Amino acid sequence: MRPEVVAAMMPVFTEHFGNASSIHWFGQQAKSMMDDARQQVARLINAETAEVVFVSGGTEADNLAIRGIADSQRAKGRHIITSRIEHHAVLHTCKDLEKQGYDVTWLPVSGDGLVDPEDLRKAIRPDTILITIMHANNEIGTIQPLEEIGQIAEDADVYFHSDGVQSTGKIPVDVRKLKVDLYSMSSHKIHGPKGVGALFVRKGTILKPTMTGGGHERNRRSGTENVAGIVGFGEAARLAREGLKTDMPRVATLRDRLEAGLKSKIELIHVNARNAPRLPNTSNIMVDYAEGEGLVISLDLKGVAVSTGSACSSGSLEPSHVLTAIGKTPDEAHGSLRFSLSTMTTEEDVDYVVETLPGIVERLRELSPYYKRV
Amino acid sequence: MAYSEKLLDYFQNPRCVGEIPDAHAIAEVSNPVCGDVMKLWVKVDDGRIQDAKFKAQGCSAAIATSSYATEMLIGMKVAEARRITRDQIAEALGGLPASKVHCSVLASDAIKEVLKGF
Repeated sequence: MRPEVVAAMMPVFTEHFGNASSIHWFGQQAKSMMDDARQQVARLINAETAEVVFVSGGTEADNLAIRGIADSQRAKGRHIITSRIEHHAVLHTCKDLEKQGYDVTWLPVSGDGLVDPEDLRKAIRPDTILITIMHANNEIGTIQPLEEIGQIAEDADVYFHSDGVQSTGKIPVDVRKLKVDLYSMSSHKIHGPKGVGALFVRKGTILKPTMTGGGHERNRRSGTENVAGIVGFGEAARLAREGLKTDMPRVATLRDRLEAGLKSKIELIHVNARNAPRLPNTSNIMVDYAEGEGLVISLDLKGVAVSTGSACSSGSLEPSHVLTAIGKTPDEAHGSLRFSLSTMTTEEDVDYVVETLPGIVERLRELSPYYKRV
Repeated sequence: MAYSEKLLDYFQNPRCVGEIPDAHAIAEVSNPVCGDVMKLWVKVDDGRIQDAKFKAQGCSAAIATSSYATEMLIGMKVAEARRITRDQIAEALGGLPASKVHCSVLASDAIKEVLKGF
């Protein structure tokens, strides 16, 4: 978390600990702090404050959006369109709805992870009730042509949800321009606290709540508000908006430095999605003749935290569905590494990785029975 | 990290890495679950394993268990070596996290395969 975020949250624990739904003065104080946070989050995506619904995180935002529309629109139809590279929060929610009798179309993506808007247009049917396509991918960083997709959804009069967990605060987001009806956000992805997120719900959207109770968040999401988390999220949103024009170009430069450095020092590595518009902070590379989990553990022992799409590291023992969807074989996915940079990443951090990884790769390749047999 | 010190040591400093040019038997096995591969070379004289070396492309657990199992083999009687189980290998390295238990199968499979002809 950014230190400013921690500083903003502290008074909520010590002084302003009122319940935001209570009418006594300290409850109202908490409410006013929450209102400020709501305004910051709304501003970050050009929404109105009343359109921001606080939830427990990106996963809940996705669930509320997808299940909420599926439920409220079931009389109209049961067809949902999504992509093959969604985050698990969308993917597994859509799979669950399939089991409940909904019909889901899984749009393919290009080798760089892009959805073809033409494919979407062709997939729309009279009974289509929801299009849910992520703004930017969490593994490879590909940014979808959301404006075009939003226009297609509007023309067809179908609700449009986008998982914006990765893109919020990293690239400019304007929900009016994108024509989304629902947009998911997560606080910890922008250096706010974990356990809080928000769903943008366009005014007039008919959404059935997934969490029922005391009618909090304008009846969209019941449950006593996580005031400290929300206040922290608000501060993180404010800082993210400030940094969009300054921090993010710097992060993109660091990402490019990382990729260029690694490519110059290691043979047989590939950068995924490099021909598509990409998030400034995400770099996904594939290393031939080395396995991802071994690379992750080796880097971890040297103080570098990264992740992999290798089957060896996933609980399910399946290679990443994103890498598979962009046409990579399980063997190729086996050697994948994902670097996530941030505003806190420095040039020294990048250079350290560029110096450290080649030795690790070389060592693992020396162990491989296939390397040099090419 | 859920790995033991010993396992990490075998991953970082694997023993018995390499090839044996005049090996009496060579086996190459791959893990159907995750795609890891191990190749094992042995020299056998008088029913006893004189030398063994391995190469592997796989995760840290696969490399560590392959190395440990190969080291175990040296000096062992063939009949004895055939009885090495995946659990034995995993336990010797301080156990494996639940999702990584399948990694130790690679080494035990390779041993069974390479000793087939003896």
